[in-house]
Amino acid sequence: MLHIVNKSPSERNTLDTVLRIAQSGSLLLIEDGVYAATRGNAAEGRLRSAMAQLKVYALLPDLEARAVADRIIDGVTTVDYAGFVDLVAGHPNCQSWL
Amino acid sequence: MTAASPKKFMFVNRKAPYGTIYALESLEVVLISAAFDQDVSLVFIDDGVYQLKKGQQTKGIETKNFSPTYRALDGYDVEKLYVERESLEARGLTEEDLIVDVEVLGSADLGKLMDEQDVVVSC
Repeated sequence: MLHIVNKSPSERNTLDTVLRIAQSGSLLLIEDGVYAATRGNAAEGRLRSAMAQLKVYALLPDLEARAVADRIIDGVTTVDYAGFVDLVAGHPNCQSWL
Repeated sequence: MTAASPKKFMFVNRKAPYGTIYALESLEVVLISAAFDQDVSLVFIDDGVYQLKKGQQTKGIETKNFSPTYRALDGYDVEKLYVERESLEARGLTEEDLIVDVEVLGSADLGKLMDEQDVVVSC
């Protein structure tokens, strides 16, 4: 499954819930969710440990808009909008977490 | 015309009942999808478990108490209700506190169940 998170880990518990429940598959961070993929964020450690079971992606236009593209955590893959579509099409199912 | 084979729909509820409209709207969508004879399951995670808390009294806030609807889901062949154990425990709740019979699952088992769905809607 592709899990899509669009809220900052400092504002909502969505990311933590996904990391607790998702056992495999991929995680795509978009909108304010991309802050989780930046070095020094309080969620960095949790995201790094989740990388053992989840492939993590972040939407580059959202990182750039927030001026944090240069702080991306090693191992997180950035994608553009076409890459976003490929991810959705390439997984059997997906969930946009609210 | 032949009916398409039913899909596995899962509705993931993560919000408490009255502070926002999400919980009530989710219930509406669940009833609609059940009317289309789909294989529907409901999941309650995080504050979503509060939707099932027994004893809701909404007269004072002049809002419809929709919690009895969860008991009526059975009549629409919606019988798969899952609650995450970790979410219950984090709120000091047990199965006894819930208005309906549910299956309590740990995070990992819930994750596996999610992977098996055709459509997952988060509300």
